[in-house]
Amino acid sequence: MKQIRKITKMRLFLPIFSMVLVMAINMIYDVANGNVFYNFFTISIRNGLLYGRLIDILNRGSEAAILAIGMTLVVSSSAGVDISVGSVMSLAGGMCCMLLAGFGNANVSQYAMPLWVGLLAGLAVACLCGAFNGFLVSYLNIQPMVATLILFSAGRAIGLLMCNSTIVYIREPSFQFLGGYLGPIPTPIIVAILCITVMSLILKYTALGMYVQSVGINAKAARIAGYQSRRIIFTTFVICGLLAGIAGLVATSRIYSADTNNIGLNFELDAILAVALGGNSLGGGKFRLSGSIIGAYTIQAITTTLYALGVSSAQAPVFKAVIVILIVTIQSPAVKAVMAKRAAAKEVAARKGAVGV
Amino acid sequence: MKTSPLAGNTHRRMNNNTVLIMITIALFVIMYAAGCIAYSEKGFDHLQTFLNILINNSGLICIACGMTCVMLTGGIDVSVGALIAMDCMFIAVGIEYWGVSSPILMLLVLLIGVAFGLLQGFCVGYLGIQPFIVTIAGMFFARGMTAVICTQQVTIKSDPFFVGLANLKFNMPFEIGAYFNNKGKEMIPYFRLPVIIALVVLVAIFLVLRYTRFGRSLYAVGGNQQSAALMGLDVKKVRMKAYVLSSFLCSIGGICYCLNTMAGTTTQATGLEMDAIASSVIGGTLLTGGVGNVIGSFFGVLINGTISSLVKTNGKLISSWANVVSAMLLCFFIVLQAVFAKIKERSKG
Repeated sequence: MKQIRKITKMRLFLPIFSMVLVMAINMIYDVANGNVFYNFFTISIRNGLLYGRLIDILNRGSEAAILAIGMTLVVSSSAGVDISVGSVMSLAGGMCCMLLAGFGNANVSQYAMPLWVGLLAGLAVACLCGAFNGFLVSYLNIQPMVATLILFSAGRAIGLLMCNSTIVYIREPSFQFLGGYLGPIPTPIIVAILCITVMSLILKYTALGMYVQSVGINAKAARIAGYQSRRIIFTTFVICGLLAGIAGLVATSRIYSADTNNIGLNFELDAILAVALGGNSLGGGKFRLSGSIIGAYTIQAITTTLYALGVSSAQAPVFKAVIVILIVTIQSPAVKAVMAKRAAAKEVAARKGAVGV
Repeated sequence: MKTSPLAGNTHRRMNNNTVLIMITIALFVIMYAAGCIAYSEKGFDHLQTFLNILINNSGLICIACGMTCVMLTGGIDVSVGALIAMDCMFIAVGIEYWGVSSPILMLLVLLIGVAFGLLQGFCVGYLGIQPFIVTIAGMFFARGMTAVICTQQVTIKSDPFFVGLANLKFNMPFEIGAYFNNKGKEMIPYFRLPVIIALVVLVAIFLVLRYTRFGRSLYAVGGNQQSAALMGLDVKKVRMKAYVLSSFLCSIGGICYCLNTMAGTTTQATGLEMDAIASSVIGGTLLTGGVGNVIGSFFGVLINGTISSLVKTNGKLISSWANVVSAMLLCFFIVLQAVFAKIKERSKG
């Protein structure tokens, strides 16, 4: 009993638990349909490409996982959320495609510019957006959600202006690399792993993680202790913007076109949910990157499972909402307080019993 | 006569909060006047243009009022756009497929709104979950339920009562703003039922916020939860009520919206929650809570409406210019608020 309690108190308990739950549902569904129970985990190679539901989840979840990294830092340092990431994704993709196709062209099979110029420009725009958000939040003390609301509504619109309100197609094979395959492995997975590795290395070998957490716990105290709170918050927003840019380029490359209206739509919500699901407080302070990443893949697993169960993409949000509410209710302070009270009462009762004997 | 210290106090308060609303109103007037001068040959200066802005944004006015109430408590409600879609779909499918009469459906929609608000408010107020997360879940739920009800676009045409309500035309009394069109026929400006509903909601919420115990407690909770609790207010209950009010007003807005569009689709009113938040912020409501007014939000809605109307009247511009311009305005107001807050802080210290 004590050990169970110890396990449930672990910080990563919730994300891992929900992930396992989703897998269990998948397994039950497979068995019910007459498949072997490990159907969910089977990975096969077809036409020289990795194939399987697990691979699909990892592949489709890469953008959300990349966004979740940046979002975790922003939430931790500023106690707010960056709701502009989806728009920034679309803006970065739009910028990249606009440069590569040349302004005004909607369908090209040859680059107007070298590929790297387009990619770099996309990332640069994303960084600029992050810097804009960061400036508003850190130097003007504006609430993160309000500050990022500006780019939330403007980002997509600017992207549309750049693409002349059309979908810009780039039918050049090398452009599809980021969203395609590297050998048998889907490239988005590799990009996500790269981002995660780089960020964990930075957090491990520099003091960034500590700075971010201390600013998030108490910005004033951190400033008095000698940290430049503002600059740290600013940095987290720039990192978040950059990662949103990377995610945007991956999403653009997947469909080899700048569909500005749809790229990154509602991704900000998935990213925020991933952070919350990962057991991180949305009130800032301490964070676990691994939790957020598991959270991001859990959300994707839920989505994929729902599709596998035959729920249409428009109806899937209902189940997502129920799951989210259940999870956050378990995490909520009120329920936690009730549980703590119960545990304390039990302990008291146990002690009384011991004394009585 | 001596000026009492109280009078000085009111004067000071006027400086801090009312200035923002004044700027909003002034900006609206300038923008509208500029549009009238620039596009006078396209008929922008007719009263009908203004009434059209009101008609098109009547749903948004109701939502913005609810959003302002929630934002006063320091919360946020991003579920409103999806809730509107659900309401419209419910009414449309109810009339066309289930054959329920529209008054019952409208009543049901209002009840759904209250129930939805109760659930969200309970999660926020009593369970202490962050408003943003709760209402995102609400948004997912409502958007998904829209698709569960029906995935196709449903156009309302078979209920005579509802169609009649939608086609109700109120001419301006005493032919105010009447003009002759280019065929020489006299045109009398008109407005529709949603405008009346929206304006009634606006006035009602203005009065509630100003003169009732509940309205004042919203400000108190948003200003400082701890001191509100020490004052004896039931903070949890007040916060819950704010969400109930928001969802209820959203349902009224949903009916207005449905009367305008006469259809239910799954993608209806996407991003409307952000328009409502932007309108409230432009109107001087702080997201930190405790400061704001529905009159400001009303003008925020009007400014957004004027921008999109100007872009439409121009005819050559891509419609996303409207988004860019309103985002720029939003940026301007947010920075302005920040500057005001800094000045206030400096004068305190």
